[in-house]
Amino acid sequence: MMLKELAEAFGPSGNEKEVRAVLRGAVEGHVEQMWVDSLGSLHAVKKGTSSSGMRVLLTAHMDEVGLMVIGHDEKGGLRVRTIGGIDERVLAGKAVWVGSERIPGVIGLKPIHLLEKKERSEVTPLRQLVIDIGAEGKEEARRLAPVGTTAVFATPFRELGTAVMGKAFDDRAGCAVLAELLRGEPFRHTLHAVFTVQEEVGLRGARVAAYAAEPECAFVLEGTIADDLPREKEGSPTSELGKGPVITVMDRSFTAHRGLLRLIVAAAEEAGIPYQFKQPGIGGTDAGAIHAARSGVPSAAVAVPCRYIHGPACLLQWSDLEHTAQLMRETLTRLTRRALRRD
Amino acid sequence: METIPLLKQLSETRGLAGAEGPIREAVRSLWSPLVDEVREDGLGNLIALRHGSGPAPRPRLMLAAHMDEIGLRVSGIEKGFLRVTAVGGSDLRVLPGALVVVHGQRDLPGVIGMRPPHVTPADERDKAIPWDELFVDVGLPEDQVRAQVRVGDPISFERELVELKNGLVAGKALDNRASAAALTLALEQLARTRHAWDIVAVATVQEEVGLYGAITSAYGVAPTLALAVDVTFADQSNYSDEHTFAIGKGPAIAIGPNFHPHIVERLKKTADALEIPYHIEPTPGRSGTDAWAIQVSREGVPTGLLSIPVRYMHQPVEVVAARDVERTARLMAAFAAELEPAYRPAWEDEA
Repeated sequence: MMLKELAEAFGPSGNEKEVRAVLRGAVEGHVEQMWVDSLGSLHAVKKGTSSSGMRVLLTAHMDEVGLMVIGHDEKGGLRVRTIGGIDERVLAGKAVWVGSERIPGVIGLKPIHLLEKKERSEVTPLRQLVIDIGAEGKEEARRLAPVGTTAVFATPFRELGTAVMGKAFDDRAGCAVLAELLRGEPFRHTLHAVFTVQEEVGLRGARVAAYAAEPECAFVLEGTIADDLPREKEGSPTSELGKGPVITVMDRSFTAHRGLLRLIVAAAEEAGIPYQFKQPGIGGTDAGAIHAARSGVPSAAVAVPCRYIHGPACLLQWSDLEHTAQLMRETLTRLTRRALRRD
Repeated sequence: METIPLLKQLSETRGLAGAEGPIREAVRSLWSPLVDEVREDGLGNLIALRHGSGPAPRPRLMLAAHMDEIGLRVSGIEKGFLRVTAVGGSDLRVLPGALVVVHGQRDLPGVIGMRPPHVTPADERDKAIPWDELFVDVGLPEDQVRAQVRVGDPISFERELVELKNGLVAGKALDNRASAAALTLALEQLARTRHAWDIVAVATVQEEVGLYGAITSAYGVAPTLALAVDVTFADQSNYSDEHTFAIGKGPAIAIGPNFHPHIVERLKKTADALEIPYHIEPTPGRSGTDAWAIQVSREGVPTGLLSIPVRYMHQPVEVVAARDVERTARLMAAFAAELEPAYRPAWEDEA
């Protein structure tokens, strides 16, 4: 699966062009129709083999969290705000790529030597952080990175132990899985795949894509929070690395369709694929917009567990990525209209 | 030598305080062709001698730059994650999400992990994540981690040197590899110049944990006069005041009780003659550099200090101007070459 190229592509919300180009190249020739909608989402339709097949929406979002330049200071620093949710605590001391031309920049703090003792454990708020690209003053900074320029973490993709590490696995992991499904053999059902934009700023791309696709049901493919670090009181983690695809029952954005949930679990059990449930009530996905499109779409979300999402370096196990693709294949093979009945 | 490739090599080579092996070997290869003798002392300082052209016994000038860097060490292993502790003044605030290399049985790349923000109570999010909630994640199962890593193993930051605009570069350990680069460039210039004094270049160890390398190397070298080179605080967007100096505008010459006034005057005069811009760094007491230890070695050593302005000190994205490194090298080399055979720093009121 083509995770490296996808993860290294520059694509903060609203600026997903590079990711779109990678995906277009990946699925070209494997789908019958492809187009870009008015918000920038990439639609790809893979015809089903049966005339009585369903129209199934599959989505993964292309955008990643990032920073936007909102001003410049006298020293040539770029003042920024976040695009989507970035924890201020992970910005300090990191390198970023500014603009799709990838001007190198760094985010540094006041040196520890010059801090009062109590300041040493204080987080520097975003309004006091700047990106330093080496500009000599306000004018040069403004010329090189005008207001509105976006930036992302500058993290190359690499292997790390038995895992892989890189930026933007939320949701390039989902994009990799979806591209893999499209590149494979056709299913009985017609797949309407959408690589969505602007998930991180409010599920914007998914909302209009679901309306346009008018599907009978939908599956959202994600990279989700793994929270399996040691801690004082062991509780149930959101999800764990290496334990298989993560199935959402309910999060902050939607409640999964029970029939689809049963289908996914049955597919995993029958095919011997490991799976885990995401701890309810945490996070949200494009399914939040999709399940409420038009008069309602039965929806489910399946995710690859990733550590440190929305940070400079995420970690995932290749086996989880493969199991997620496999589970989706098994699920789509078993999918019938019966699964959509309400109980 | 080209300055930026030299900075890249020195910045990216590891050399945690107390575990300087790789950086020592890198410096040894760079210096060996430029000097007459190279030796190591008991703590691991690299000491290189260039014979002067003056009549023996010749006075000795010690040029010192510390080569160690701050970092972390493994303090425990839990569920396959590594607990860590600081080596030197590591800054807790920059650790979450930082890339590192764990030097275990073999080098293991890793990332400093933290629990996701949604599990952190809102009132704790404006506090840096404490040591006991940060872990190094090397992406391996626990049994493999235990086979590869032991408590005490050093951990260094991983950061490729990044070229910014206007000849600025960003990277890890530019405190004090920027100075090691300047000293290397100075030796290269001295190799082409006549100098009366013996020049003893020292890449010192363990500065970040207590100036220990400077203490033992100054004893061993027993210099007539010493010049240390280190970094100082550069102006930066979110901090600039009388403690900081504009970047790219030359090195700082330190003044204060740690520094012999004659050396300060000679440095200023040489810089003026070469049209090298410089700052004056007022240092009322402890300089926090090797100069502090060297000055009180044996019977006392007249000492000076040049400082290269660096932004974001002790963060893995320290920024330095390549031209400041070059100016520091030229000033150091000229200062060394100009020392007259009979020159000894003295006090005006000496008999």
